[in-house]
Amino acid sequence: MKAFEYVRAEDAAQAPGLLAEGGKYLAGGTNLLDLMKLQIEAPAQLVDLNRSGLAEITETEEGGLKIGALVRNTDLAAHPRVRQEYAVLSRAILAGASGQIRNRATTGGNLLQRTRCPYFYDTNLPCNKREPGTGCGALAGFSRPLAVIGTSEHCIANYPGDMAVALRVLDATIQTLKADGSRREIPIGDFHRLPGDTPHIDTVLESGELITSVTLPPPLGGQHIYLKARDRQSYAFALVSVAAVVTDSGARVAFGGVAPKPWRVESAEARWNEGAQAVTDAAFKDARPTAQNAFKLDLAQRLVQAVMNETQSAGTPEGGAA
Amino acid sequence: MTHTTSHGSTDLQLPRSVRVELTVNGQPKQLELDPRVSLLDALREHLHLTGTKKGCDHGQCGACTVLVGGKRLNSCLSLAVMHDGDEVTTIESLGTPDDLHPMQAAFVECDGFQCGYCTPGQIMSALGTLDELERGIPSHVTADLNTVEYSDDEVRERMSGNICRCAAYPNIVRAVRSVHEGGQE
Repeated sequence: MKAFEYVRAEDAAQAPGLLAEGGKYLAGGTNLLDLMKLQIEAPAQLVDLNRSGLAEITETEEGGLKIGALVRNTDLAAHPRVRQEYAVLSRAILAGASGQIRNRATTGGNLLQRTRCPYFYDTNLPCNKREPGTGCGALAGFSRPLAVIGTSEHCIANYPGDMAVALRVLDATIQTLKADGSRREIPIGDFHRLPGDTPHIDTVLESGELITSVTLPPPLGGQHIYLKARDRQSYAFALVSVAAVVTDSGARVAFGGVAPKPWRVESAEARWNEGAQAVTDAAFKDARPTAQNAFKLDLAQRLVQAVMNETQSAGTPEGGAA
Repeated sequence: MTHTTSHGSTDLQLPRSVRVELTVNGQPKQLELDPRVSLLDALREHLHLTGTKKGCDHGQCGACTVLVGGKRLNSCLSLAVMHDGDEVTTIESLGTPDDLHPMQAAFVECDGFQCGYCTPGQIMSALGTLDELERGIPSHVTADLNTVEYSDDEVRERMSGNICRCAAYPNIVRAVRSVHEGGQE
């Protein structure tokens, strides 16, 4: 690990002012410290947020929830209102990582976790995300786990997480604090970037911009389902995952493991009553899979079918009518 | 660790050491540490508590599991400086060869290990698992998120972050069950 200067932020409001050129914020550290050991990340400074507050879940005036950026994954998944009214979020979090990691990983940090593309992780191999201009080793290489849509000729890495896929169907909003003291709100759908010709930039966050909280709108009701297909039964990243909320008025569905960001296509949701194939045909209309990962398109359709089976067999009038 | 950069200079700017106070197994400890030192290395190399094991050093195997503030974590994926003021519990605090902790005794009784390298991490993770079940924390295999009950499936899922290369898994599950049942009496 490269040397860095270590600074503790006592208060989140002061954190952007403490961040130096080349510095990074440190929250749970479960992804960043791993990448620092491999020298994929080598920040000159770490600003430790673990004593800076931001660890509360509070109710919003609109009837939703405001989740502090430092709320740990375990605590968010176990929060009574999240379990009861935003179950897709509990399910997504619990489908990811291990108990030890969920006890440390934070809401803000989880949004910023980096791809698990094997070319990004192996510093002997070319990777435009890790080292811009070196090329994409995955394009003609081992691409089985990687993205099938939203990719570019420069990068086919996928966003690895589960939590953000659930936040996408819930239409969460991310609150930030910029280095100049101003604040802004970023809809989750706008937060992660597609690679284009700058795959080294994962999100729209500006230099020094700090995630302070994530807000959930009032509960949608309906049935909340998160299904995850992976190579191991536990503690593995998704090949394909599906987050779904199915209500009287329609279905919302987002996919994980298939794109550089949580993948949600609203026009595909409108075809829910036409069956799984109609939904995935629309959601993956512009897919450009490789020979190795084209199976993800079939897998996505089958997961949507499994969601439809589950909502219908639940025997509720809403599900039965769908 | 010296490293010659592309500019030809030697990158040997050691960072300022940082003062850290930990309570380890009930005892206050004061350390001056390079901020790069993981909690795992602080325990093993600085406090000479070598019961906690280094397996992968990347959070994949669980051998380094300890409790911090009563909750389990991978000590390899935390910097020691992040834990200033925290209470750390390691395998050394549980029991002695003559007076084993119930979880240690259960691992012996149930043959829950062969080579033993993963065992301290398994035992600390098992204690964390039982506590999380007790506190009603749900898991991926919990059918109803609002009703958390002990089962072997729950133990298997919750301990998936602990790898045993000798594959003592069935006996580890038996050991955890026996402690759970002992605690129920």
